[in-house]
Parts: sequence; structure tokens; C-alpha cells
Amino acid sequence: ADIISTVEFNYTGDLLATGDKGGRVVIFQREQETKSRPLSWAEYNVYSTFQSHEPEFDYLKSLEIEEKINKIRWLPQQNAAHFLLSTNDKTIKLWKISERDKRAEGYNLKDEDGRLREPFRVTELRVPTLKPMDLMVEASPRRTFANAHTYHINSISVNSDYATYLSADDLRINLWHLEVTNRSFNIVDIKPANMEELTEVITAAEFHPHHCNVFVYSSSKGTIRLCDMRSSALCDQHSKFFEEPEDPSSRSFFSEIISSISDVKFSHNGRYMMTRDYLSVKVWDLNMENKPVETYQVHEYLRSKLCSLYENDCIFDKFECCWNGSDSTIMTGSYNNFFRTFERDTHRDTTLEASRESSKPRAILKPRKVCTTGKRKKDEITVDSLDFNKKILHTAWHPLENIIAVAATNNLYLFQEKVN
Amino acid sequence: MFVRGLKRKCFDGEEDIEGTLAGIKAIPSYNLQRQSLLDMSLVKLQLCHMLVEPNLCRSVLIANTVRQIQEEMTQDGTWQMINTQSPGQASLDRLVSTDILCRSSRDQAEGKHVPAYGTFSKDFESDQAQDSSETMSTASSVQAPRNLQSNVWEMETPQENKGNFQKSLDQIFETLENKSPNSVEDLFSEVDNSYYDLDTMLTGMMSNTKMGHCDSLETFSSPTNTASNSNCKSDLNDLDHIVEILVES
Repeated sequence: ADIISTVEFNYTGDLLATGDKGGRVVIFQREQETKSRPLSWAEYNVYSTFQSHEPEFDYLKSLEIEEKINKIRWLPQQNAAHFLLSTNDKTIKLWKISERDKRAEGYNLKDEDGRLREPFRVTELRVPTLKPMDLMVEASPRRTFANAHTYHINSISVNSDYATYLSADDLRINLWHLEVTNRSFNIVDIKPANMEELTEVITAAEFHPHHCNVFVYSSSKGTIRLCDMRSSALCDQHSKFFEEPEDPSSRSFFSEIISSISDVKFSHNGRYMMTRDYLSVKVWDLNMENKPVETYQVHEYLRSKLCSLYENDCIFDKFECCWNGSDSTIMTGSYNNFFRTFERDTHRDTTLEASRESSKPRAILKPRKVCTTGKRKKDEITVDSLDFNKKILHTAWHPLENIIAVAATNNLYLFQEKVN
Repeated sequence: MFVRGLKRKCFDGEEDIEGTLAGIKAIPSYNLQRQSLLDMSLVKLQLCHMLVEPNLCRSVLIANTVRQIQEEMTQDGTWQMINTQSPGQASLDRLVSTDILCRSSRDQAEGKHVPAYGTFSKDFESDQAQDSSETMSTASSVQAPRNLQSNVWEMETPQENKGNFQKSLDQIFETLENKSPNSVEDLFSEVDNSYYDLDTMLTGMMSNTKMGHCDSLETFSSPTNTASNSNCKSDLNDLDHIVEILVES
């Protein structure tokens, strides 16, 4: 199994897609509960597996283009088939996943195995009939959106009009129509005329869940810009600019690096957005630009280790974050296969671990604690014994229920809230 | 975390460090920490030259950190001695130019940057015999510079397992303390000597004859020149070789 690079539930939560470093997409489907088979636990089984992207070589620059899937985004379901967008560094693809459980039998001109029949053997005409067959799930690429990005694509976001979507790389954001592959519109361009003056890159972008003209993009300097596509064709001028003033007392050489935003997500109700930087998660009210309304420390104990984390490059890890369906709880990952949830109203936070050793299937997860003071209590873990190779960068929350998907390197964990 | 429970000593400047060294590790001064951070950042930027396009966000963040340190050092006055030997302000800007530093591998002579990195790592780990032998053997066994870079860099990661980050950082501070910390030339001249050995071992070709510390900075600042030089050199060698064959036949 390869390293999982993205996890995403679809709009109903019945399907869960994962993308990996090898360019594969694996889709899991929730087992439907039937009267004869009641389920006390949600069960997800593999539904479809396909190779979305292959490694490529850019001959002009003599560089490899990785096949790693950076993001998957589902389209809302409009017919029996399911559609999703998957992207690597350079190319976005629209995939159609459809089921086939019937096949036609009794053709006139060809045999059952597809060979053409001799004309003289056709002695009568018959109408082909549909017979049931074993369920087959097919994935077929329907559109390929290529050659629009010079830099590495970090985000894609489907618009609420269900007709357009945006793709963002380090310096530019493009707007696409789902039906048109040979043209995209550039809506944000922060590339300086002289690349030597480059000091800031785009790190994430997302459309507003309800307003199809509004999107946000975050930067490596810890700022978020909200843009309105109605105001101008090129949204270099932002409508809103979100930045929290820096605390001068905690300034260090790493201040900028840890302020770099790795993920931005609108809340489902569209009133808030959440940003993840290296040490914290911040919730912003879209109407207040000068500071976030809530800040949650994910692993503040790492602040004194920043130099080491810079040395081994962990400081550049891009953690994602997600909302639950009701926007009451947020979740993000950390190191040592820990992930954290924060309840916004009660300010209760929980640290859990995604590992086979620490939890048997169906067992309740035990909350974990990192020891930050000198004295280590039983079951606590000291900061120095954290495994920084085990990082949870990608998590997803079911849109309606309290089921979460957590990607720990090359394993996918599904956890469910136990309701008595 | 870096000190491991040793007594802190109050000292004013670099001179005191030598005095307190005898058997005791002192907390590195702010200047030392800053210098090591600068060196680390420059090494990281050099590693951009891999087969896969470098991560632009990471490069920009590192370059900004380097710029920040340089600005501070300029204000302090510690940057002056380096600045005087490089051609003016232009080199300073180009030193932190993300585009130039992180140009794709086709622009670089592959042998040129690899030895420079190799010497940095060798320098840092010279005090640890087992580490350096591991690093060296990895370096010598690999052909492609890309593999070398990723191997050597990855070699460091398993060494720093589970929070033993302070080990390598201590090595850096030790190495820096053992030299006179203020003279950056000394640091780079140490890099010079080992460069020759590593270079002959790795690539079997000397792309740059001299690499004094100002030359090494110029390497950072004008990679295209040196790249074309080394390309010319190898082209000339090839040409000689071809002419030899033609003449003999």
C-alpha cells in the first residue's frame, strides 16, 4: 500500500475516496443497512480502485512530474454515476464512476463472447434482453484539464454552481468550466515580474459553499484573502484581507514559517472559515478581518523544538483540517499518529491515536496526552519520544454523521462515535 | 533541550566561549545559533536541485529565513566581512534569489553542487566517526547526484530518531565552537579542503578548481556562469577526446 495523500467523503458520506502517492484512487462505499442485516457500526468496503495519474516527464524542463494525488474533490451527484476531480501537480482529471449490474444478451450480429457472427447463421431476428450480472464498478476518465499550471497544484475546489471549479498552484489560481478542457481563466496571479522578488506563495484555495462568486486563498505568510469574482476578472485585489497581527514577544526566525497556512476550509454554514498553520488552528468570522474568533493550539509543546523541526524539514509539513457536519467540532492531525478534535462550544479538546497497537477494532479509543512538564505521568508520552515520521496530515469528517477518516501514512483508519 | 541539563554560564561575547569550553558545553551564543541556522538554510536551498521540481513554498520560506538572518546580521555588522569580498549588493540579493538557487537541475553542472553539500554534511558530522563513515560510504557508492542528495539527507533522518534532534544540532555547535566562530572564512576554508577529497571520490572530475569562501558564495550567486564553465570544460574534454580519436585513426 502506498502513502495516502488525500482523503475525502462525498456529499452524502456514502463514498470515501483516498488518493495515494502512486497515483491511485481507492473508493470505499458504506455498506447499506438492510432489514436482514442491521449494522450497529458503519462499515466501509472497497468499491472501486483505479489508476488516476501516471508519472510523467517534462522534457522541456528535464523534470519528473509526480503522479501523487494531491487532492480529490467530489462533485454533487446528479445521476446514477458518481463524479470526482483528482489532481496531481500539473493535471486535473474528471472521473466517472458508474455501476454496471446488467448486460445485454441475445445480440443478432455478434456472439456472446463478442465475435461477429457469420451472416448466413443469422436465421431469425431477436430482441436482446437484459440479464443481471455481478456488480461491476467502472471508473473512466471523462475530462483531462492539463497544461494550465506552471507551478504545483495544491488545491481544487468545486463551485456551488456545480458547473465551475478552481485550481490553485503556488502562484496562480485558474477557473475552469467542467465541460471545457481547452481553456481556463486565470483569476489570481501573484507571480512577481522578477522571480527574485518572490516572497509569498499561495498555499490553499476554496470556493465559498453558497456564494458562487466568492473564494478565499491562503498564503505562506499567514494571510487569507477573500475575493469576489464579480468585482473584476482578475482578482488580484482582494475584497477582504484576514491577518492576525504577530505577537512581538514570540517572534523568532521561524515565525514566518510556522505562520504559513497549510489548509483553509469554509464551515458548512458558510459563516466561518478555518485555517491551519504549523502549531494551531484558527477559526475566522468572515466579517472580522483583523483577528480570528477562535484559536486552538494543536501541539504547542513543539514551539521549543522548532529549530530541530526545521532541520529535519518537519516544520514544512502541511497538515489539513476539517469541520464536522454541524460545524460544532473541528479536527486536525499531529505527529506520532495523534489527531486532535476541538469542540467549539465547550472548548473541550481530545487527542486520539490512530494505530493498530493502541486500538483494537470496535474498541473505544483512549485519549492520549503529551507530557509537557518534567514529570511524566503514567500513559503520557514525552515530547522527545514522539515519532515525527508518523504524521497525520489528512483527515476527513462524514458530512452528516460522526464518522471520521484518518490517514496515517499508508493506512486508513475509520472511527465512529459510539452512541449508546 | 539542547543543553541536556548542563549548567548555564553567562558570557558576553565569543571570546568567552573558548574559556568555558574545557570539558563543558556552553549554551551557544545567539550569533552562533544564527550562523548555524543560516548555514543550515543555505544547505537546504542547495538541495533543491533534484530530479523532481523543488517545492516552491518550502524554498520561499527558507529563502525568507535566510534573508531575515542576513538583514539582522547586516544591522549587527557581522555581515560586513563577507559582503566586502563579494561584488557589491547585487550578490546579496542574488544570494537569496529563490529562482536562481532553486533552478532545475538541467541548469546546474551536476557535480558542482553535490560536493558542496557533501562537504557541509561531512563538516557537521566530522566529530562523529561512525556517522561520517556511514555518510561517506553512502556518498561513494552512489552514482547519480540526485540519489546522493536524497540518500545523504535521508541518512540524517533515521539518525535523529524519536527526538534526538539535539544530537546533530550539538554537532553543529561543537564544530562551530571549535573554530573561531567569528571568522566565516575559516568555516568555508574548512569546506574547501574536504571538498577536493569528496569531489574526486564522487564525480572523478574537478569542475571548479578553486573554491575559496568568496568563490563559494559566488557559486551561489552566479550558478549560470560556473555551470557554463564546467559544461565548457567537459565539452572541451570531450572535444579533445574526439579529436584524439580522429587523429589516431
